[in-house]
Amino acid sequence: MERHIRVLVAKPGLDGHDRGAKVVARALRDAGFEVIYTGLRQTPEQITEAALQEDVNVVALSLLSGAHNTLFPKVVNMVRGKGMNDVLVIGGGVIPDADIPGLKEAGVAAVFTPGTPTASIIDFIKANVK
Amino acid sequence: MDIAAELLAGSRLALSRAITAVENEYDEATAIMQQLYPHTGQAYVIGVTGPPGAGKSTLTDKLVKVYRRQGKTVGIIAVDPTSPFSGGAILGDRIRMNELTLDEGVFIRSMGTRGSLGGLSRKTADVVKIMDAAGKDVIFVETVGVGQSEVDIVKAADTTVVVLVPGLGDDIQAIKAGILEIGDVFAINKADREGAERLKAELNMMLDLDQAKSAWRPSIRQTVANAGQGIEELVATIDEHAAFLGTSGELVRRRTARARNELIALIEEQISHRILKDIAASGQLDALAAALAERREDPYAIVKRLLAAYLR
Ligand SMILES: Nc1nc2c(ncn2[C@@H]2O[C@H](COP(=O)(O)OP(=O)(O)OP(=O)(O)O)[C@@H](O)[C@H]2O)c(=O)[nH]1
Ligand SMILES: [Mg+2]
Repeated sequence: MERHIRVLVAKPGLDGHDRGAKVVARALRDAGFEVIYTGLRQTPEQITEAALQEDVNVVALSLLSGAHNTLFPKVVNMVRGKGMNDVLVIGGGVIPDADIPGLKEAGVAAVFTPGTPTASIIDFIKANVK
Repeated sequence: MDIAAELLAGSRLALSRAITAVENEYDEATAIMQQLYPHTGQAYVIGVTGPPGAGKSTLTDKLVKVYRRQGKTVGIIAVDPTSPFSGGAILGDRIRMNELTLDEGVFIRSMGTRGSLGGLSRKTADVVKIMDAAGKDVIFVETVGVGQSEVDIVKAADTTVVVLVPGLGDDIQAIKAGILEIGDVFAINKADREGAERLKAELNMMLDLDQAKSAWRPSIRQTVANAGQGIEELVATIDEHAAFLGTSGELVRRRTARARNELIALIEEQISHRILKDIAASGQLDALAAALAERREDPYAIVKRLLAAYLR
């Protein structure tokens, strides 16, 4: 029985490009993960439903600006609400340090700010996926 | 949780978990498949194959919307290549189907090939069965972008749609060996581009040469998937092929051939699993390998002995 870690990479919110998300997606693939990439402007509802259909271990949210304090916790709640209790929700993007404790409180497993090497994202996933 | 029972009762989470169990060969996978098997055989399976970037996902998205308007429920299995180096994959077909995500009558699952070379993954046929048992009326299987040898889809699908695009030069010569022979229906997609008519003429000529083989002459439709053009016509053609399979008895023949292949594969898998698991665990396998390397034994005698011991 082989272990295959599956990660949904999603971009909620309205900001325009997904360069960062694609870089992360490729790095995760090269680390041996199966990455389901859903593209731009996904609503929390769409992200949650895709996570359910794909039975992922991790939902990785990428957000350049703004709405992380509402969107990230919303995804966590919706994912839990669908019975996906073990799924790690992680977030990345331009997120002020002051917001990070609140996000963790809300169930976001980890927050990666710009400049974080992709290796630390990979290590975090390997260490924390059940 | 009793995954199979919950799946049969309509749980989408259970459907998703059942697919994972089978794909990863968890211990409970065989029991799940066995419980689901009596509920399979109802769905119509449509394969969508063709070269990389031909528009398979975009076309699937549009075709599915037509079946949904007819009130049919749909499962989609989208296969993308697994990297042979890392074992990882980027599964990107869903990106063309985002509008279907929130439709409760649709369930989309992406799969990596995980080492299979035929354009599907080894477990795709089982995932078709799982979606079938979950009550999906129509199941689409999108293969990886294929060259000429990735033709496993014919073994899994009732109707195989081959998607081609104009403007790839002499491609029709290059692909004729493989995927032209498996098409029941051809979609010339990106027909908004130069060369769609010429491709259609060439394709027609080649199909005419091939005619003797079957009572069904494959049909060709032109589509512009991203603009939604030619989609209803393509659906009508798929339905015609389905009707032909039904009335000609070919559907029963195809499904019997499929059941036979699957049984053979299952026998091979289970027998080799059983013997290999045992002799690997006991250390026998290493000892036998060493004996072979030193030519103290011959492999044919070893296998004969193993079969005699295990198949009593
Ligand atoms: N001009 C034109 N572009 C199209 C058409 N159909 C799809 N496309 C575009 O072609 C690109 C590839 O489409 P996909 O649906 O991802 O193709 P695919 O065959 O699924 O690709 P793989 O799964 O990667 O092999 C996308 O940018 C589509 O928008 C069409 O009929 N005309
Ligand atoms: Mg595709």
